[in-house]
Amino acid sequence: MAGVTTQEKQEQLSHDLGMHTEALRGRTQQVFFDMEKLGEGGYGYPDAPDVDFNKRAEFDAADMESTDINLELRKLTRKGYGTIVVKNPGAKHSLGVGVLHRLNLIFEGSLGYFGCGLIDGPNVRIQGRVGWACGENMMGGTIVIAKNAGSQFGAAIRGGDLVCKGHVGSRTGIDQKGGTIIVGGDTGAFTGFMMQRGRMIICGNAGKNLGDSMYDGTIYVGGEVEDYGVDAVPGPLGEDDKAWLTRKLKMYDMLPAKGVDHFKKINSGKQLWNYDNLEPNEKKLVL
Amino acid sequence: MCGIAGLIHRDGTAKIGQEMTDMLQALKHRGPDSTGFALYGKPGRNEFIMRFKVAEQEDMDKGFDIHQAVKDRRATVDGRLESLGVKVIDQAEATEYAFRYRIQFDGDMKKLADYIEDVEGAEVLSMGNALELIKDLGDAATVSEQYGLKKFKGTHGIGHTRMATESDVDIRSAHPYWAYPYNDIAVVHNGQITNYWMMRRQFERRGHRFMSSCDSELLAVYTAYNLDQGATLEDSLKQSIDEIDGVFSYLVATRDSLGLAKDCMAAKPMVLYESDDLVAMASEEMAIRAIIPHEIDTWDPYDNEVKVWQA
Repeated sequence: MAGVTTQEKQEQLSHDLGMHTEALRGRTQQVFFDMEKLGEGGYGYPDAPDVDFNKRAEFDAADMESTDINLELRKLTRKGYGTIVVKNPGAKHSLGVGVLHRLNLIFEGSLGYFGCGLIDGPNVRIQGRVGWACGENMMGGTIVIAKNAGSQFGAAIRGGDLVCKGHVGSRTGIDQKGGTIIVGGDTGAFTGFMMQRGRMIICGNAGKNLGDSMYDGTIYVGGEVEDYGVDAVPGPLGEDDKAWLTRKLKMYDMLPAKGVDHFKKINSGKQLWNYDNLEPNEKKLVL
Repeated sequence: MCGIAGLIHRDGTAKIGQEMTDMLQALKHRGPDSTGFALYGKPGRNEFIMRFKVAEQEDMDKGFDIHQAVKDRRATVDGRLESLGVKVIDQAEATEYAFRYRIQFDGDMKKLADYIEDVEGAEVLSMGNALELIKDLGDAATVSEQYGLKKFKGTHGIGHTRMATESDVDIRSAHPYWAYPYNDIAVVHNGQITNYWMMRRQFERRGHRFMSSCDSELLAVYTAYNLDQGATLEDSLKQSIDEIDGVFSYLVATRDSLGLAKDCMAAKPMVLYESDDLVAMASEEMAIRAIIPHEIDTWDPYDNEVKVWQA
C-alpha cells in the first residue's frame, strides 16, 4: 500500500466494509469509521466502552421496564464493568439489544421478544427461554440459551454464534446472512427460509419447507426432515463438514454421543444471477 | 396485533378471575382497545347465566334520551323473558348497559337468544351453565374492576386484549365470542382470516347470525356449527387448519375443556406452559410469568398444532 495515504486507506477500508465515506448533508447524525482514532486494524465501534471482564456487577430487573434495564446495562459498561448479571428479567422484550462491544452478559431467567438483537461482540448467556426473534440482526459475539426459543430465532443474523440448547419455533434463521445458528433440539417450519449465507446446525428434527427459497449457506440436520423447500438440496457430508460440526458442537458441549456422521447437509440448488459479485470479497469473508 | 391468553386448572377451582386479569394486563401493549374474559365457574344445576348488553359503551355519551332508552330496552328484555316462561333467579347490573341474569329455562335457547337480540341494541354476550363472558372497552384491570372479576373462582378461562384493525372499537367487535346459540362455548383469536367473507356468507345461508364484522367471530360460528354436526372439539380444531384461510392462533373453551389451534404457517405467536395441575398459554411469555413467578419451562407450539386439555 506504498504511496497510499491514511485517508485513502480509510476510504478503501470503509468502502470494503460497506460504509459511506461521503458526508451527508442536513441533520443526519453520521458516524464514520476512524482508523486514526481506533488505531491500525481497529474494528471497534466509535464510543465503545473499554470494559474489564474481572469487574462484575449484578442487578435485579424484576420491577424494571425494558428501557430502564437496557439503560442500566449501558451505565454499568460505561463504568467499565465487563461481566454483568441481570436477575429476574421476567420475559421482558428487547433486553440486551444493540450491545456493540465486548461484554459478558448473563440473564438469570427468560427473555421476551427481540432479545439481544443487533449485538456485535458480547458473550451472552441466557439461563431461561427466549421469545420470538432472539438475536435478530446480530453481527458478532455469542448468545447461548439454556432452554427453548420462539420463532424467527436468529432472523437475518450476519455473524457470531447463536445457540439454543432446547427446541425452537418456526422460521429459524429466516434471511440469515452469516454466522452460525445451532439448535440442540427440534426446529419448526420454514427453517432457513431465504437463507443467504452462514451455517445452521439442527441437532433434532426440522419441520416442513426446510431451506425454502435459500440462496446460499449450509444447513446441517441431525434428525428427520419433514420436507424440503424449493431450492433446498441435500448433498454429501464431507470430512471437512464433519470436522467443523464436531469442533463447533464441542464448543458448546452439544456434540451427540453418536458423533456427527448421521447429519444431513443441505445447500441451495439454484444460482442467482451475479449473486456472488454483489459484495466485496473482504465483506464476504466477514460474513 | 391483539393478545390472547388461557389457563386451565386440572386440580379444581382457583381464582381464575384474578389470574386472567393479571395475564391480560401483562398483554396490554398488544391491544389497548378492549379486553374480554370468558370464565368458567362451577356449573349451576338447571340454571343458566346469561350476560347481555342493551347498548354500546360509546352510546352512553350520545343523545339526551339514551339513559331512559337503556332502561326501556332492559324492561323490554324482561318482558320478553317473562313471555317465554324464563324464571329469573337473580339479576345484577354490571354497568348501566350490561347485565348478568341467573335464569331457569327449559325451552329453545336459540329462540330465547333471538327474541332478546330482537330488542334494539341488545346482544346476548353469553349463555351457559358455567360460562360468564365479559367484555368492554379498556384494559384488563379496568374491565376486571368494572365487572368485579377478581373474586371469580373457576376451573378455566380464556381472554383477549384487542387492537382493532378491521372493525370498530366497540363491545360487539371485542373478543371473546360466544358460539351462539351453544351453551358454554367461547373463542378468542389472534390473527387474520382471509376467507372470512366467503365463509361468512356460507354460514349466513345456513341461518347463523353474525353480530359484528370482525373476522374472529367466524371462528365461534364455525366451531358451533362443527359441534352441532357431531364433531369433537379436537376434530373441529384440526378441520379448521385446512378450512380456515389465513394466519391464526386461537383458543376455544367449552364447559370442561380448552383447545388450541395454530395455522399452517405458525405465523401468530403462542407460548405454552404445562404442568400436572395447571396449563397456561398466551401470546407472550410475560403473561404466563404474571401468574407463575418461579422459573418454568415454556415452548412454542408448532405449525398445524392442535391441543385439547380437560378441566
